[in-house]
Amino acid sequence: MGIPLAHKDIFCTRGLRTTCGSKMLSNFVSPYDATVVRRLQEAGTVSLGKLNMDEFAMGSSNETSYFGPVRNPWNLGCVPGGSSGGSAAAVAARLIPAATGTDTGGSIRQPAAFCGITGLKPTYGRVSRYGMIAFASSLDQGGPMARSAADCALLMDAMAGHDPLDSTSHPQGGGRFSAALGRSLQGLRVGVPAEFFGAGLDPEVAQTVETAIQWFAAQGAEIHPVHLPHNAHAVSTYYVLAPAEASSNLSRFDGVRYTHRSAAAKDLQELYLQSRYEGFGAEVRRRILVGTYVLSAGYYDAYYRKAQQVRALIREDFRRAFAEVDVIMGPTTPTPAFALGAKSADPVSMYLADIYTIAVNLAGIPALSLPCGFSKEGLPIGLQIMGDYFADELLLGVAAAYQRDTDWHRRAPAWEEQ
Amino acid sequence: MSMAWEVVIGLEVHVQLNTRSKIFCACSTAFGAEPNAHTCPVCLAMPGSLPVLNAAAVDKAIAFGLAIGAEINHRSIFARKNYFYPDLPKGYQISQYEIPIVGRGYLDVLLPNGEEKRVGITRAHLEEDAGKSLHDAYPGESGIDLNRAGTPLLEIVSEPDMRSAAEAVAYLKKLHALVRYLDISDGNMQEGSFRCDANVSLRRPGAPFGTRAEVKNLNSFRFLEKAISYEMLRQQDILESGGKVVQETRLFDANSGETRSMRSKEEANDYRYFPDPDLLPLQLDAERIEQVRKSLPELPDARKARFMAQYGLPAYDAAVLTAQRELADYYEAVATGQDAKLAANWIMGDLLGALNKAGLEIETCPVPARELQILLARIADQTVSGKIAKEIFEILFHEGGSVDAIIDARGLRQITDNTAIAAMIDEIIAKNPQQAAEYRSGKEKLFGFFIGQVMKVSQGKANPDLVNALLREKLQAPATE
Repeated sequence: MGIPLAHKDIFCTRGLRTTCGSKMLSNFVSPYDATVVRRLQEAGTVSLGKLNMDEFAMGSSNETSYFGPVRNPWNLGCVPGGSSGGSAAAVAARLIPAATGTDTGGSIRQPAAFCGITGLKPTYGRVSRYGMIAFASSLDQGGPMARSAADCALLMDAMAGHDPLDSTSHPQGGGRFSAALGRSLQGLRVGVPAEFFGAGLDPEVAQTVETAIQWFAAQGAEIHPVHLPHNAHAVSTYYVLAPAEASSNLSRFDGVRYTHRSAAAKDLQELYLQSRYEGFGAEVRRRILVGTYVLSAGYYDAYYRKAQQVRALIREDFRRAFAEVDVIMGPTTPTPAFALGAKSADPVSMYLADIYTIAVNLAGIPALSLPCGFSKEGLPIGLQIMGDYFADELLLGVAAAYQRDTDWHRRAPAWEEQ
Repeated sequence: MSMAWEVVIGLEVHVQLNTRSKIFCACSTAFGAEPNAHTCPVCLAMPGSLPVLNAAAVDKAIAFGLAIGAEINHRSIFARKNYFYPDLPKGYQISQYEIPIVGRGYLDVLLPNGEEKRVGITRAHLEEDAGKSLHDAYPGESGIDLNRAGTPLLEIVSEPDMRSAAEAVAYLKKLHALVRYLDISDGNMQEGSFRCDANVSLRRPGAPFGTRAEVKNLNSFRFLEKAISYEMLRQQDILESGGKVVQETRLFDANSGETRSMRSKEEANDYRYFPDPDLLPLQLDAERIEQVRKSLPELPDARKARFMAQYGLPAYDAAVLTAQRELADYYEAVATGQDAKLAANWIMGDLLGALNKAGLEIETCPVPARELQILLARIADQTVSGKIAKEIFEILFHEGGSVDAIIDARGLRQITDNTAIAAMIDEIIAKNPQQAAEYRSGKEKLFGFFIGQVMKVSQGKANPDLVNALLREKLQAPATE
């Protein structure tokens, strides 16, 4: 009780500005609290405020925020990851013990890996999306970000559960996550997908993650190779579906009611065009454009419908894999945190930062990232653990077992000395 | 309209369902509140808000589907129809696109010539209504009222089965009656609870369909008829002068009775429909559908059949009387214990005529069914004649009151006393010896003259049968010296 935390600025907070990192909502004060905010408050936590993020959660480096970038506490010249970059950096810097985040294609796990903290992307439907500003509704899921799996479990005890205000919320979404932490790893079947260790993976990350997996083997876990053949198409599938949903979700930001409204507009058409041009940043505009295109008459079947078919194949990959293993392990990201500005001119290289995290969202399964070592430059490296639907408790238990025996998660950056 | 062209009409009707709360939030659907009084984060499309489907709206859609003999889809999908408009707060309307809740059905429609025609219904789907723009409230600015945003609508799409404006009106009236019967809408056309768009095209009989124009904004039966008639002439002029009808959306102007172009096909929005990821597919099991079926009221066609069987009415009378649930209820109240055919004649003739003349509807009829029933009873028990009854009805309709009080107050009770009538007749014959003599010498037409005289003297109250018999008797008797 009385645990201080802060919310990603995507969660609506009554009486406190909720900007979603955008000029569009730079003066928006929500008349209501998001369900996640309300539940955590009812559980006795104290909110210290709101945390920076990529604009409308669109980004992997927290550089698209209208309010400026967030820096990585381990190296102030590096990005913290995104889109929940403010949450990850604040927890890593020991400003707060825990934060909320959201994950549409890796936005909890990737910044958690870059900042050396633990973050869980729950099973789709376990955490209410009500009051969480939508990016891509079928992929978005709120989750906890904290120093350890045990702390994440405590947050999940309060955050998760059915919400009648969210039709996609699962009737049995709740659980006693913190009660499921003390488990043995004996006989745990761990799948390792070859697809996650191929070209593009930084050798240091590969070696660190493999070492972590060996630790599990040493505790009695069985290591099995698994195959996720359609993972190669995850990024392209995601960049059809997520922009499609976003293009529609962001239509409500139209200059008519609570958003930025252009002062230059002389008629309704200009009100829309100018307000949206001025209110949205370049990355958001790019995704609205792509999303509008893939839903257009004549392109829908080639892009949107095809992407939905590939999404079904990706889901099927995991179904097959989880018939053989209990969890799947691999790297969260192909590299440790990169330098500020390194990828901002090249959207595709930025998108590839999420190559290991996106398939999880497309399938709707849970996954978490936890720190498992450091690069020679002293940047954290994340281990990703994926599970079948409703295996959130298992993932937290497996991660907690690792954290009882390792201290990567206890290491803190000396950012004040930089 | 030259005989060479055949008009083809299909209608899209938007029916506001009369649920208490909106389709995706708990706000009230009441009409006429202060602007934006009935709004919440969901229907204002505040960031982060999400829709939750109203189960009552679903049940009403199921009821409609069952009533038109349609397949109810056990799994239907909500989709987003994307376009920008200030009264559409989300920037998309939640509707149903690829799989609607109600599949193919039909409606049997009574045409003005007494024939029945089956009009196919392609589909009916659930969607939300938009708000309203207020252009007169503020000088130089427009206001937005989102009270109506999120009101549940059932959009009912017909097949292009109608071949005249009269057929289209007959279909729309039948549909209107049906939604009232089912109690799924108040059907109030002035308030926009029942709105119609018409697709109109011309072709040579037997030829493929011509290019159609869609006429929007038809909120009365008369406007529908006028708009179709106007479109037929407009398209005929174009086709006969060698031109081509443009596929476009047109707006009906009630003041001029004309339609004018709103936007062409090229300017039409690409709505970019896709399944709404905020709502799961709507799954309906057989049990739920069965439950709705059990709660259905007696529907117009069934009631018509019953009226024919139970009251012995001809098909035409039964169809007219069951066209509106309120009218049918009224008829049954009047006909109880009375001559059923006489009751039908009174309601279809005198009552509907008077209502029509006064611009009233059956719901606002000033004569309670109970009073009309008593009036018929007074005819049957010979308290008043049919002729006097018409006078009493006029008084009831325009001044109110009760039948028996009117009869007593105005002394309208029929004279059935033989002696009294005989005395009247004797007096009249005595006063008109010339006519009496002519009648007796064979000028039988004069019988009517004597009837008229008796009725005049009795102020219409003398029992016509008695007058008839006594008069004949007295006139045939030889003249008394």
